[in-house]
Amino acid sequence: MNRKLLLYCMTLGIMLLLAVAPLAAQDEFVFGVVLVGPESDHGWSQAHFEAGQYVEANLPGSRMVFFPSLNPADAPETTLHDVVQNMVDEGARVILTTSDAFEEDTATVAEAFPDIIFINVSGDDVLTGEAPPNVGNLMGQIEWMKLVAGCAAGLTTETGSIGYLGPLINGETRRLAASAYLGARYCYGLKGGNPEDLTFTVTWIGFWFNIPGVTLDPTEETNTFFDSGADVVISGIDTPEVIQIAAQRAASGEAVFAVPYDYKDACAQGPEVCLGVPYFNWGPDYLRLLQTVQDGSWAPSWDWQGPDWSDINNPDTSAVGFLAGDAIGDNGELLNQFIADLAGYATNPFVPDSFALWSGPLSLQDGTELAPQGALVDVLDVWYLPQLLAGMVGASA
Amino acid sequence: MSNPKVVRILFVLLSIGASLLVTSVLVMVVGQSPLDVLDRIWQGAFRNSESTAGVFNFWIPLALCSMGLILTFTAGLWNIGAEGQVLAGAIAASWAARTFVLPNEIQIPLELLFAVAGGALWGLLIGILKTRFGVNEIFGGVGLNAIISVYSIYLIAGPWQPPEGGSAQSTQPFPDHALLHPMNETFPVSLIALILTAVAIVAVYLLLRGTRWGLQLKATGKNAKSALLLGVPTTRATLTALMAGGVLAGLAGAYRVLFTYDSLRPNVSGGIGYLGLLLVLLTGMSAIWTPIVAFIFAAILSGSTRLRVSLGLDSSLAGVLQGILVLSMLLFNGVRQRWEERRKSKTVTPSAVESQPTPSNAKAASGE
Repeated sequence: MNRKLLLYCMTLGIMLLLAVAPLAAQDEFVFGVVLVGPESDHGWSQAHFEAGQYVEANLPGSRMVFFPSLNPADAPETTLHDVVQNMVDEGARVILTTSDAFEEDTATVAEAFPDIIFINVSGDDVLTGEAPPNVGNLMGQIEWMKLVAGCAAGLTTETGSIGYLGPLINGETRRLAASAYLGARYCYGLKGGNPEDLTFTVTWIGFWFNIPGVTLDPTEETNTFFDSGADVVISGIDTPEVIQIAAQRAASGEAVFAVPYDYKDACAQGPEVCLGVPYFNWGPDYLRLLQTVQDGSWAPSWDWQGPDWSDINNPDTSAVGFLAGDAIGDNGELLNQFIADLAGYATNPFVPDSFALWSGPLSLQDGTELAPQGALVDVLDVWYLPQLLAGMVGASA
Repeated sequence: MSNPKVVRILFVLLSIGASLLVTSVLVMVVGQSPLDVLDRIWQGAFRNSESTAGVFNFWIPLALCSMGLILTFTAGLWNIGAEGQVLAGAIAASWAARTFVLPNEIQIPLELLFAVAGGALWGLLIGILKTRFGVNEIFGGVGLNAIISVYSIYLIAGPWQPPEGGSAQSTQPFPDHALLHPMNETFPVSLIALILTAVAIVAVYLLLRGTRWGLQLKATGKNAKSALLLGVPTTRATLTALMAGGVLAGLAGAYRVLFTYDSLRPNVSGGIGYLGLLLVLLTGMSAIWTPIVAFIFAAILSGSTRLRVSLGLDSSLAGVLQGILVLSMLLFNGVRQRWEERRKSKTVTPSAVESQPTPSNAKAASGE
């Protein structure tokens, strides 16, 4: 009866679909973001998630698809390969794998998806030449901001004892703890203290965040620092226990302070004890990389991005930043001066590519010389720092 | 309708339907279309052979572990240590993968043998703690789970870390000759593992159905004291059940490291032991239903990957669906049992009430 009409409608429908589908596909630029933790962790993963939102806001037609908490404990049923497959099916052309936990898998999966571009955050596969041609690496030079974090602690401590709560031990965590130490020593001296008298203790909890029964308890370790005479604790872990404990103890009248990590708004957890927070601002680099993918000019690179020294807290230009907290008080001026000095050092064309304060005489914990008097430590030797520095208390391996 | 098997199937379908309904309401509350969500989960699980392979890749370890748990539950043991036995198997297989350099067809059986031994040993320890030292298997299991978990992280962050320094996230990927290989590109599942899982399912079914050992496990599970008085070697039954459970859990662990992840990772067991525990309780230790329900769970979980990616729904939604599924299955299970009891009391045909390894059932059994 109505077969003709039906046929007609179907043909029309199919034609419409055919016409519209490529249009939609052309309009949209889909990128994937794979997170190792939840997108609202107030730390590492949230910083990446918000960078994805930054791209959506600044790159017309872009759309983020993301997958949170990809790790064997939280998502045992899926793997990076499955997640990437799903993202590609959603139209993603480029995928950011935002943890060095994904370093090995990114290389493997990238070989299975040769037409998709992968950016692995904090890996070194491009540097070492192990990466497939469709993989790039990105990391921020948070070392600068750890120098500032250490400085804030060095300026503030009255007891001359600073604690550093580290996650697990590897090249990255060693160089960040060491940077904080160098900043602390320098600024303790600025305030008239003898740097040799400064106690800087590192405790590694064993993982990026607390796993009851597996890692040391960050709450307990923070309390131990304060109980044994430290009055400032710097956090190197992904979660905000340090600032929470400091805030609790300050509420009962103790003069203690904290420096949280990773995420811009971390001070909100305890503004009255927060000296400031070194944080990542991935947005601008995400945008830059994705634009090159979009216009076809992307090429693999190992990017270790420094801050925008004209304004380290510029959300559109600076890869890393340091937001001073309320508790820095009168020392804010000295801290700002220190940041200005770092900027002067970093932008001085006569100074070779290096981190400030990473200059000799410096030794490793076992006494091996890292740099003789007057020599600068090569940035790659900082990247692959094999031990903590002499003068720091704590395990190197 | 009077066929109890048909009734059982009906009740399972009913509970799945009910859980879908409740989840749909929840999804609508957060402003999404339930049909969309279901479609994405279905697409995520079965849109092509590769995604279906993803379901199988989670089903294999889950089914293996669950079949092992049926054995221990039958013997009246709450083997919460299954999670640790998966890890023990994973670590043992990893050790073999890192140590030996043999052709794939020799290396794989060797690694599986190590995994089986590791799982069995970890199960046996719980048994020894229970039979020798009177430590309840739940406490022993929880303790041993924690120990093996700490040990695996120690290995990953310490002696087994990659040469360039580890991030404690993973060991170096194992060499190709040490890995289980997919049967083909379009359906990347290990054939050996699939066969082993099928064998395990049939074996558990037959063991409990028609062997002396199976009977001994049942007797021990129903009432250990009476069984002992009647000459059943209950200590041996306890130890062997835990070892057999460990064997299958160990195999599950081997699959996780030799196929899913190609390396040892923290928490590589991913809660499969606990999920298996839940499954076996849900199905009332049925050797037929357990692998089927395990497949449904694997499909929902695996399919939810797509849900998260394409709808950006909160990652806990799959967990919510799973939780509601469990609750409604338990609920309908209870309803079914009551219904059956009523029918029985009406028709007055005395038959063995299906046993669950709970104290109340044990008491009921001893009262008979």
